[in-house]
Amino acid sequence: MGSPVDAKDGGVMDLFSDVSDFVTDPANWTGMITRTLDHLWISLSATLVAALLILPLALYLAHYRRAEFLATSLVNMGRAIPAFGIIGLALPISLALGLGVGYWPTFVALVALAMPPIFTNTYTGVTGVRRAVVEAARGMGMKDGEVLIRTEIPLAMPLIWTGLRVSAVQVVATATLGAVVGWGGLGRYLIDGFAQGDDAQVLVGAVAVALLALFVDALFAVGERFLPGDQTADRFSSVTA
Amino acid sequence: MTPTLAQAAAEVGIDWGWVFGHVDEMWERTVEHVTLTGVAVVVGFILAVALSLVAIRWRATYKPITWFTGVLYTIPSLGLFAFMVPFTGLTLLTAEIGLILYTLLILVRNIVAGIDGVPANVVEAARGMGYQSRELLWRIEVPLAMPVIIAGVRIATVTTIGLVTVTSLIGQGGYGVFIERGISRRFLTEILVGTVLSVSLAVLFDFLLVRVGRWVAPWTRKTAV
Repeated sequence: MGSPVDAKDGGVMDLFSDVSDFVTDPANWTGMITRTLDHLWISLSATLVAALLILPLALYLAHYRRAEFLATSLVNMGRAIPAFGIIGLALPISLALGLGVGYWPTFVALVALAMPPIFTNTYTGVTGVRRAVVEAARGMGMKDGEVLIRTEIPLAMPLIWTGLRVSAVQVVATATLGAVVGWGGLGRYLIDGFAQGDDAQVLVGAVAVALLALFVDALFAVGERFLPGDQTADRFSSVTA
Repeated sequence: MTPTLAQAAAEVGIDWGWVFGHVDEMWERTVEHVTLTGVAVVVGFILAVALSLVAIRWRATYKPITWFTGVLYTIPSLGLFAFMVPFTGLTLLTAEIGLILYTLLILVRNIVAGIDGVPANVVEAARGMGYQSRELLWRIEVPLAMPVIIAGVRIATVTTIGLVTVTSLIGQGGYGVFIERGISRRFLTEILVGTVLSVSLAVLFDFLLVRVGRWVAPWTRKTAV
């Protein structure tokens, strides 16, 4: 760890030299790399697990037009439930189940938080596919499963992708709070920095966390270009959501 | 050592005695939470109106404005607060700057979309009646854009109420105090109280804003969502 320094007395220039000391000190390098990779890894795995759990359900319900109220109320619920509360609630439950502090409460909370955006976007995407297109697919002799896999999913792909993107970015953001329940990740720099009054550490953490979130968002933006299907087709009915 | 399911269930039970013993503090935290949210949404709204006017007047600025507010929106909340901590400390100002910046993207997008959504024939008719651009904006376009603007205020308010729980980590009170303290004491009841109160407040404000929306745009009463 770098020496805890109080930059507040020394002004902005001292703060920046503290930050550069922190970043150039080889003793901090392994920590920075490990925390970044941990942060990325838990975010990636949580988003993937959430997608595996919720995508089949969303596709099934959307294909058969079931539970439409769920799709709309889930967005609002997702906004109203504070991420900090979910991560907090996961802790005593994880402790009671003998899973301990740190990784598991963070992971479980992240999976729970990642699901609503994936669900709503997938549902909206599939139900938004033009009826005429679906009927044409049926007319060509496609069965339910084929209609879903060969018509509805490819046409809904951009929105499904948006759902994954929103979830992933939100998960990266919330993983920062994992430090409060004893997990590592980049949030540690913030929580430890606050506690020690170490402004250099706080600033390093803030920049790292912000860059990581923007990086993940950019990754998804680039990935969107490589999605299968004709991205210019007029595939949605004019009214969606 | 793995606890039995019965032990687990007992551990995650709710301590109602604690709940009834902390009604006064709940009220105190509610006042803090509402104040933190209110200041952020009101100031954010004023700034968003200014940015939207710029974006509407000079179209070319719309993309850069939404790009910049979008970047701010993508930065994790704790990270955004932390950015300011070295300069403004663990203070109310730090919390409010972060919260205000978060409201901007949602509000600007909805204000501009609302104004853009005013039917062209209505604007033409108003011009034909002799409305100049300023009058046109404030007396025709803004009132007609109200439902979309209010929708933005609803989303911004509900989002901010959730974000305010995090401001306890930089020492600014609100329901997050229950969550933070509950975490450090490993006490489910307290965490649950903080979370439930925050959700309830969000639902209440959303409901109130729907009523405000019907009042400022009475023609939407029958069809309001």
